[in-house]
Amino acid sequence: MSVKLTASALAIAAVAATSAAARDQVQVAGSSTVLPYASIVAEAFGENFDFPTPVVESGGSSAGLKRFCQGVGTEHTDVANASRKIREKEIKACAENGVTDIIEVRIGYDGIVFASQLNGPAYTQFTQSDIFNALAPKVMVDGKLVDNPHKQWSDFNPDLPSEDILAFIPGTKHGTREVFEEKVVAAGCEATGAFEAMMAAGMSEDDAEDACLAVMSDGRAVDIDGDYTETLASIDANANGIGVFGLAFYENNTDKLKVATMAGVEPSTETISTGEYPVSRPLFFYVKKAHIGVIPGLKEYAEFFISDEIAGGDGPLAEYGLVSDPALADTQGAVAAEAVMGGM
Amino acid sequence: MTDASLPNTGGAPKSGSLHEIDARTKKRNAAEKRFRMYGVAAIATGIIFLLVLLFAILGNGLGAFQQTFISVPVYLDESKLDKKGNRNIDDIKKVSTFGYNPLIQKAVLKAVVDAGIETPLKKSKDMKALISASAAAQVRQAVIDNPALIGQTVEFRFLASSRVDGYLKGRVHRELLARDKNIDAEHLDIVDGLKEIGVVKKTFNSAFIFGADASESRAEQAGIGVSMIGSLFMMLVVLFLALPIGVAASIYLEEFAPKNRWTDLIEVNISNLAAVPSIVFGILGLAVFIQFMHLPQSAPLVGGLVLTLMTLPTIIISTRASLKAVPPSIRDAALGVGASKMQSVFHHVLPLAAPGILTGTIIGLAQALGETAPLLLIGMVGYIASNPPGGVIEGLMSPNSAMPAQIYEWAKRADPAYYERAWGGIIILLIFLVSMNTLAVLLRRRFERRW
Repeated sequence: MSVKLTASALAIAAVAATSAAARDQVQVAGSSTVLPYASIVAEAFGENFDFPTPVVESGGSSAGLKRFCQGVGTEHTDVANASRKIREKEIKACAENGVTDIIEVRIGYDGIVFASQLNGPAYTQFTQSDIFNALAPKVMVDGKLVDNPHKQWSDFNPDLPSEDILAFIPGTKHGTREVFEEKVVAAGCEATGAFEAMMAAGMSEDDAEDACLAVMSDGRAVDIDGDYTETLASIDANANGIGVFGLAFYENNTDKLKVATMAGVEPSTETISTGEYPVSRPLFFYVKKAHIGVIPGLKEYAEFFISDEIAGGDGPLAEYGLVSDPALADTQGAVAAEAVMGGM
Repeated sequence: MTDASLPNTGGAPKSGSLHEIDARTKKRNAAEKRFRMYGVAAIATGIIFLLVLLFAILGNGLGAFQQTFISVPVYLDESKLDKKGNRNIDDIKKVSTFGYNPLIQKAVLKAVVDAGIETPLKKSKDMKALISASAAAQVRQAVIDNPALIGQTVEFRFLASSRVDGYLKGRVHRELLARDKNIDAEHLDIVDGLKEIGVVKKTFNSAFIFGADASESRAEQAGIGVSMIGSLFMMLVVLFLALPIGVAASIYLEEFAPKNRWTDLIEVNISNLAAVPSIVFGILGLAVFIQFMHLPQSAPLVGGLVLTLMTLPTIIISTRASLKAVPPSIRDAALGVGASKMQSVFHHVLPLAAPGILTGTIIGLAQALGETAPLLLIGMVGYIASNPPGGVIEGLMSPNSAMPAQIYEWAKRADPAYYERAWGGIIILLIFLVSMNTLAVLLRRRFERRW
């Protein structure tokens, strides 16, 4: 006991003395959508290389990029996973903290699907307009822009079940939310003519675009800030609810969920890679160039992630649900050359 | 002389006999009876909740302690694994796990054919769905450890994939397979056939208790062992920091400090600190320990420091209570025979208060052991606990998770097999918590003195 005691005391003393301890494993944080892929890669990386297995944390794209941009040095993360492109604002915040050379790596595409309880109401086909009509605060009725009068899906589309509208959508800290807003809600806004009506009513184009992204806050659209498991639990408890999931999550839970088509296209890796299925988005990770050479294995990790064995069509990522990137070879070249953002 | 002022003489008392229960007494008795029933009902509700919880935990979690394995002989083909044939370890290492998969799939197909199982799945690639992705790493490691195995046929015991395991545990149902792209009904026919001849077996899974975390695609491989070590190191830090600091602070405050405004202020703030939500300590830890002091992220040392802050008030409050419980006569007697103040405290008061201090410490530790929220902020939740640490310093400094954080992480993952593991993790965590609390009760029973 006493030996143990002194040993730990020594360890604590040693730590206190060399507070800025070097780190020998890659540290990753960010999108919970990318987390499964990153963990699969990290595991295989640890098995195949002599470097220690990278540490992968989740927390959402925005949170991950925020941590990534906090500075250069071993106490900051090396890689940020993101389910959307980095924003100008974030690049600026990065630069203010000295993080200037960022390597952007696109790993592939991910589909976003609308699913509901397996034995629940027949939510089998949606269009962007349906989602917009259900969730937007102002919609088109009889050619006029009015406050959303719809209570049930069948109120605006007789093909949909007569059930109260209830949707579980990703919270604002998730990158998925942005895709949901742009590719579903905004697309519905334009398709139903609400966008034009807003412009005709004297809104500027920017304002109308923003107004198009809004969803109602009366409880019919529930923000899920956690992970897809939370959405799944909400769907389990609400038979009339529909939820927004990643394709991979849905494919792992086909025993509980049924998926709806979007604009008549069934979501699958094939329809997403051909671009037929409209709601998909690229997945990224961002590497801090200043850490390459400082953190052992960082460049190897980035290269391994997008190698054909891993991210290619037959690799473990595709097997898990990632739609592989047709331009993977270009990305491989860019990473090998350590090409940073901003075209240098 | 008649006493006219006593009108009741000879007549019955107004309020009736004591043997007769009047309305008010009845009411009072009924109220008491009702209250007792409320009490019993409250306890019964508590017990029912506890039982439901226990059944849910055991029902969902016990499955995690068993795992399905597939034992097959694998031919380690020299032309694939060591093309140059020189058994040079560096050349062998160049073959990644992806190079091993075909050998394993071939081996499983051979086992299926040898068993005489009729199946439309004739290609070795079709066998992929049966075997865990960890198999390739397992074989590769064996080959790297002992290159002499190349060219031989070696019997390996592989983990079955999580779907096969789920089928044997009744989690995966044939009728729901139609839309599942991970496994087909034909695969399950093979599993049934292999199970009959004993190639596929469900046995106790010690890797769940001692193993490391695995990625999303390998639920079958994940274990809680490494995060258990993470928790252990955090508890060591808490014990060696919170106990001395807490006891010293309480002894000073209780025995030596003058009673003035400052000590009152400190006292109030210690109670306030005990009520601070733990997530606040997490933010503090992130700002102070990681961003200011540059301690490593995700390290059990930082987790331990944060939990120390959280546990300190608990320990101080319980230590002060047990110091207060020592009667003043003991101190007076010690001082009376000429002991100094310090001698009276350390020779007489502290030993008598020790059982209470220990109990408080153990309960504080148990609380810290089950804490997740502050760990979220210092990077201990995620895919982290994948390498067991090599020594004490590495255990403190290298990234790790903790048991409750690991359970939280598993509960978030997509594969339903992880859900089962989360429950299994809860069983292990509960065993720790219950045994710590039992220890606290036993210590108190054994050593406590009453005056």
